[in-house]
Amino acid sequence: MGSGPGGSAAADVLTAAGWSVVIFEKGRNHLLDLADPSRLKGDYSNDEIKFTVRHFLGPDPFLEPRTFRRNQSDGDHAFVGDVNNVPSTVGGGGVHADGKLPRFREDDFHMHSEHGPIDAAALADWPLTYDDLEPFYAEAERLVGVAGDAGANPFAAPRSGPYPMPPGAPMYGATLSAGAAQRLGYHPYPAPTGANSVPYGGRPACNNCGFCAFYGCPIHAKGDPLAPLQRALLTGRAELRPETFVSKINVNNGMATGVDYVDTHGATHTETARHVVLAAGAVETPRLLLLSGLEHPLIGRHLMFHFQTLAMAGLRERVHPHRGRSVTHVHDDHLVPDERSQRAAHDAGLPWFRGGMVEHCGASAPIQEAKLYPWGNAHARSMRESPLRERMWGFTMQGEDLPQWTNRVDLDPTVRDVRGFPVARITYDSHRFELAASAHYGERLTEILHGMDAEWTVTTTSPDASFPYGDFISPIPQSKHVMGTARMGADPSTSVVDPYGRLHDVPNIVVADSSVFVTSSGYGPTLTLVALALRAARALAGGETPPAIE
Amino acid sequence: MPHLFFADDDYAVIEAACERLIPGATDAGVADYIDGLLGAFSTEPPRIWAGGPFSGRHGGDAGFASFIPLTRMDELAWRTRIEGSGGIPEREFNGPVVGLQERYCEGIAALRGDFTTRDPDEQDARLHSHPDFTALLYEHACEGMYGAPEYGGNRSSSGWRAIDFEGDVQPLGYTDAEVSRP
Ligand SMILES: Cc1cc2nc3c(=O)[nH]c(=O)nc-3n(C[C@H](O)[C@H](O)[C@H](O)COP(=O)(O)OP(=O)(O)OC[C@H]3O[C@@H](n4cnc5c(N)ncnc54)[C@H](O)[C@@H]3O)c2cc1C
Ligand code: SF4
Repeated sequence: MGSGPGGSAAADVLTAAGWSVVIFEKGRNHLLDLADPSRLKGDYSNDEIKFTVRHFLGPDPFLEPRTFRRNQSDGDHAFVGDVNNVPSTVGGGGVHADGKLPRFREDDFHMHSEHGPIDAAALADWPLTYDDLEPFYAEAERLVGVAGDAGANPFAAPRSGPYPMPPGAPMYGATLSAGAAQRLGYHPYPAPTGANSVPYGGRPACNNCGFCAFYGCPIHAKGDPLAPLQRALLTGRAELRPETFVSKINVNNGMATGVDYVDTHGATHTETARHVVLAAGAVETPRLLLLSGLEHPLIGRHLMFHFQTLAMAGLRERVHPHRGRSVTHVHDDHLVPDERSQRAAHDAGLPWFRGGMVEHCGASAPIQEAKLYPWGNAHARSMRESPLRERMWGFTMQGEDLPQWTNRVDLDPTVRDVRGFPVARITYDSHRFELAASAHYGERLTEILHGMDAEWTVTTTSPDASFPYGDFISPIPQSKHVMGTARMGADPSTSVVDPYGRLHDVPNIVVADSSVFVTSSGYGPTLTLVALALRAARALAGGETPPAIE
Repeated sequence: MPHLFFADDDYAVIEAACERLIPGATDAGVADYIDGLLGAFSTEPPRIWAGGPFSGRHGGDAGFASFIPLTRMDELAWRTRIEGSGGIPEREFNGPVVGLQERYCEGIAALRGDFTTRDPDEQDARLHSHPDFTALLYEHACEGMYGAPEYGGNRSSSGWRAIDFEGDVQPLGYTDAEVSRP
């Protein structure tokens, strides 16, 4: 289920091992020619209307809404519509991510024992270590095609080899912000990015078109899940079925027997299977488990997003943020607690906190910019002077979000999708940890911006519960990094899946997406979820011996 | 060019209102963008998603000009969004939906037929007194001004030229030097 980064990595491994695989994908196929997978489609384009206004890559929030509330006092739900939608299309979110693909650090896998518990948070160690995952990280980087500089980040965990490609061209704005950060003692480095800096895997080098995050790549230079899907299909052992919605995993006597799915004409069918790999993304995966009647009390719980701190500066000069991949530089300093952050944490009544990876970024889209200015005579001047696009640059910190029992995905009691199934309801509110860390690191980021000769600076966060629903900033997190809703662990009473992604209760269902994350770290989840999917699929196919299925 | 949705008088009101929201909107054909959206289903394929991968403005074939066919589901979503649910059960699985066409008809009626002949201050006052419709119109005006010309607005890329934006640049892209230098 799901043809995104997780599902396609699993399909690649399983078909290579000689398995027959059917890939169900509820979205449309705009990626490759199913009759001849070596041929690519030409539907992606540099088109702001199509991709950011008109839901080209799905899901359409009318057909497939989600609902949101902060807590039970909001009633059944406070908002219905687009809640953190990631594309629903062949290739999933891999298609329009701009693909910063860092690895986690060693301590990310044992934050609980390293730093200690935090009140009202379900902090726990992962049932595996960085060393367990390192070979799969290396494989994931080769599979997707990651460009980066192995020696550039002093905080990085050890690697068994270099990146498959060198980094691409730095954006001008990033050269300014990286310089300012360095002057304050921080360590910016070229973002490890899933976009080809040189021809790789039969795909061309990125030509810096700038329509990157939120768009499919017109020349297929992005490390979207094309490579694994193509390889899986070319074995002749995989069948990809777009526009098919899996509505239920059938379970008999504690084992999955296959799935029910709704085809493009609305007809329901059953497919039998010996194993079910679930990679529908960390919102749809728990939804499907719940729709299937699975009852583990932790399914859907411990939902995490990254808590975004946005610090932006108005600059005197134009920095053309519309040229280049959306982000070319990042820094990790705020992921490592230091004396200053310890003091701020204690002042906030917390034993410790930390932030996340900081992306050096601007705003590139003129329609989005135009809608921010008031209408009237001043509009044309605002657009020409462009204080909110051409002359703005800054940072987005993807702050660590603690797992909380109350933050969850469940089934909405009243709202249905177009096929008549209950939609996912998200109940989510921030912990003091994220708020205090954001306040502290927001100030640090602003200090850097002042070193860029800023005319003005502003910080904001997402989520921010003081804004109304429907606005760009609102109580709904903007971050597309979604994790934790089928957490991994050795103990069935405190986790949903085992260390190989297999459901404790139904061991021939394997979860191969970021639902299994135990903590969120402050790094984008995609490379880690692909590494975990490779590991889980390899275990399934017998390459790495998993514990026996009871 | 005949309009796809608006009657001539209504088109004129929308054109005049957009000009108040974004000076230059008339020359850029912003009202055509809105007319193209509301009348999207009068062509086949409907004018919802322009094709790809290139527009032809910076090399390659003019793929944007061929709109992408919709699936049954896509059509359901976009017809409902544009035409409203109109009591059709298939469109009302979460309740009735007011369509864009109806919102525009009501908005135009609220701005009144003599809108085009009023002085700018009076026009602005009428826009201010209908904030919900004006917000919708402004959203669409921004899209028509700065979106790809194939959707009917941004005529001859005039919206992009006014802000020195190159627009879609594939397959040319930008050189590394253009990315990294001031
Ligand atoms: C604009 C943007 C930028 C991003 N940038 C980054 C980044 O820089 N770094 C990073 O690490 N991550 C980034 N992400 C997040 C990244 O896209 C996700 O982490 C990743 O796509 C998750 O992969 P997945 O395979 O688990 O799920 P998805 O990519 O969500 O794929 C799941 C697929 O399953 C399908 N599906 C769901 N339910 C069903 C069902 N019932 N039946 C059939 N099919 C179903 C969906 O249609 C979808 O195609 C970004 C996302 C976006 C949107
Ligand atoms: S910036 Fe590069 S990778 Fe991104 S869409 Fe453009 S060409 Fe593709």
